[in-house]
Amino acid sequence: MSRIKEFNLPDLGEGLTEGEILTWLVKVGDTIELNQPIVEVETAKAAVEIPAKWAGKVQAIFHGEGTTVEVGTPIIAIDTDPGAGPVDTPSTSGAPGGDLPTPSAASLAAVEVAPAEGAVEPGLIGGPAPGGRTAVLVGYGPRTTAAKRRPRKGEVPAQAQAAPVRPAPAPAPVVTPPAADRNGHGAATPGGPVLAKPPVRKLAKDLGVDLSTLTGSGPLGSITREDVQRAASGTTAAEPLTVAATATAAASFGADREQRIPVKGVRKLTAENMSRSAFTAPHVTEFLTVDVTRAMKALDRLRSRREWRDVRVSPLLLVAKAVLLAVKRHPMVNSTWAGDEIVVKEYVNLGIAAATERGLIVPNIKDAGRLTLRELADALTDLVQTAKAGKTSPADMSGGTLTITNVGVFGVDTGTPILPPGESAILAFGAVREMPWVHKGKVRPRQVTTLGLSFDHRIIDGELGSKFLRDIGDFLADPEAALLAWT
Amino acid sequence: MAKGDPGVTRGGRRAAPRSRKGATGDPELVQLLTPEGERIDSVTGPDGTEYRVDFTDEEYRGLYRDLVLVRKLDAEATALQRQGELGIWASLLGQEAAQVGSGRALRTQDMAFPTYREHGVLYCRGIDPIMPLGLFRGVDQGGWDPNEFKFNMYTIVIGAQTLHATGYAMGVAMDGKTGTDDGEAVIAYFGDGATSQGDVNESFVWAGVFNAPLVFFCQNNQYAISEPLERQTRIPLYQRAAGFGFPGVRVDGNDVLATYAVTRHALDNARHGQGPSLIEAYTYRMGAHTTSDDPTRYRIASEVEAWQAKDPIARMKAFLDKQQIAGADFFAEVDEQARRESVHLRERVLAMPNPEPTTLFDHVYPNGSPLLDEQREQFSKYLESFEGSAH
Repeated sequence: MSRIKEFNLPDLGEGLTEGEILTWLVKVGDTIELNQPIVEVETAKAAVEIPAKWAGKVQAIFHGEGTTVEVGTPIIAIDTDPGAGPVDTPSTSGAPGGDLPTPSAASLAAVEVAPAEGAVEPGLIGGPAPGGRTAVLVGYGPRTTAAKRRPRKGEVPAQAQAAPVRPAPAPAPVVTPPAADRNGHGAATPGGPVLAKPPVRKLAKDLGVDLSTLTGSGPLGSITREDVQRAASGTTAAEPLTVAATATAAASFGADREQRIPVKGVRKLTAENMSRSAFTAPHVTEFLTVDVTRAMKALDRLRSRREWRDVRVSPLLLVAKAVLLAVKRHPMVNSTWAGDEIVVKEYVNLGIAAATERGLIVPNIKDAGRLTLRELADALTDLVQTAKAGKTSPADMSGGTLTITNVGVFGVDTGTPILPPGESAILAFGAVREMPWVHKGKVRPRQVTTLGLSFDHRIIDGELGSKFLRDIGDFLADPEAALLAWT
Repeated sequence: MAKGDPGVTRGGRRAAPRSRKGATGDPELVQLLTPEGERIDSVTGPDGTEYRVDFTDEEYRGLYRDLVLVRKLDAEATALQRQGELGIWASLLGQEAAQVGSGRALRTQDMAFPTYREHGVLYCRGIDPIMPLGLFRGVDQGGWDPNEFKFNMYTIVIGAQTLHATGYAMGVAMDGKTGTDDGEAVIAYFGDGATSQGDVNESFVWAGVFNAPLVFFCQNNQYAISEPLERQTRIPLYQRAAGFGFPGVRVDGNDVLATYAVTRHALDNARHGQGPSLIEAYTYRMGAHTTSDDPTRYRIASEVEAWQAKDPIARMKAFLDKQQIAGADFFAEVDEQARRESVHLRERVLAMPNPEPTTLFDHVYPNGSPLLDEQREQFSKYLESFEGSAH
């Protein structure tokens, strides 16, 4: 057996088809032990560390961080006997010094379940569902992941030449080819049985479409949901193609000028959370414009104190403090709608929406209500730095009870934020601008900001929401007086 | 919400009551070894039973060795899954004491009905730890003989084994095998989530009404996959027993000594014909539900840290060390044995042969059936239809 061993990405959680390389914990040349964590991989189910299957020396790493890799693809090569002198196998010599060498042909063939004969499947068993997993019950289910089959005897492997097996590339903008190239291959023969899945048959029945009149664009010429919908709307599969072709001649508004970005990771999570929240919690948004000149001065005084010299003090700190104090006066806003009961929380895990390279994330400061102003300032700084470094852990993002989104940093006045699922209030903090403002009977230039509060009307009525927002505003208008009056 | 220490009963004295919102934290918790490794001589349970253990130094060391080995082998199985060698694995990390304590309390004639996580009990029954790995690798059905080892096959369906155990225990009583010092007893393992299953509640009814010689051993590890305990119950789980008419007790499931004492007592009651009882072993699943699960999505790090401080092995080690029952040499020797056995386990897993596809028909009926013969024939033909087929 060869001393260089290639490790294929395993199915980490029952029915997964792919995983994203998050972090390599080792690099080429490292000496590693058996079961030493080598890479962190995120799947649709979990982010997990994979322990090394062999001790030895890292010979090559095939996929960079951020790459989505198909299950069964080699991701790392390990020299299991590094003491035995230089390696002379041809498997990795193709890319000396290259960052991402290619795996050996032998191991690629091993992607196949069948004996390595380079064969490609005529069809997939249990195709992957969106999200990179096959839909099964939580916990246990059949492992039907994109298993690739040997060809049947006497069958022409028509797609074999067209689709050589290779590791999945990074999901670049992919345009799905139209059905045309599959016509003819394996298509249902006229007069033969019509291939369509039960839900598609049901859809056809509901829409009054005769399946036997359609040409399928799915695998093996099966009829897809889209085929039925096109037939029902009176267009045929061919029509859009013709239109696209004519359009290209003039000004193209087709696929060549569109970019397709796979929905995954943070984008996907954000989309799911926002849709869920927007369509389950009835949102109300209220606004309040506040003169924060005194608060800004208070911040300056704070900065000038010696013991605060090294602390990062921002307007967000005062807003956070205002929210925490106002929650104490109106505990109901810090609650969760749990179906038949309302869970009012005595602790505030204060979420701060942060724009990062990976997208929007909302880490929270645990039990923020118990922190002193100084501790709160440190926690905020820490949270922002961790988020910017991309090191926010899932635990940091779970359990939030109330959130602030600081849209002011983008230079806008306010917004109507959507509640994070499970929370009942979210405050948008707009830009602080110098504006004409009536102050002591005269129009003066003053520092003014606009607050926008969205809340869940199932729990919080207009009165409570208004009082809560008003209190935040009162604090920001005159922090010292509010502190004296409330604490 | 972080689950706190449910309070402790020590030396027959009840700890000062603490006001708690949820009813799931209860002041009654039988404990003989504190998280700091302090030994408590005896404890009086809620029904007045006095619990104590009297082990020799050799036995104490034996329990420690069990705990360490069971944890190490479990960790190796988790690694094997991550390396694609097992389809899935349900780790017992954190629950070693509940399993070793109760497993060692079983006598040879006692029968156990496990879930799919009882690797520690399996080990205590003398079964080769390779056995469940074949099941999770998908190359066999588990492989041990339940009658030989008095340890039923792993049951994947949540709570179903409590019904099997109840029927088995009723059979033991009908055979007249209870009522003496050497009578037989049965133990059924399940988790906190299973207490919400109809099967488990039906078992409680039948075992109670028929006075079955059965110990219901619930490892309350605080989560039913992602659902926390407060979504399972409004009262402490052990108190459920009262409604079914048999005793219930909550034990510190991270304390191997107390778990042993409480289980031994309940089993002895059963073998003497005193009927069923419920033990709630209060513990915590330190790892994921299975390798398909990501616990950081539903529980906070501070909760895990709080339970880390109650680690079952650390407290046993502290006790052995303080009492000079064992020293550095012993601990190093146990670690070395664990390392050796885990390497051996890995080698044997990798060497497991893949079964022939048609063997799936082999163990359905003891004497076969015409219908199965026909299916086997069809399946063989199907396999032969592929290119490169050996058939």
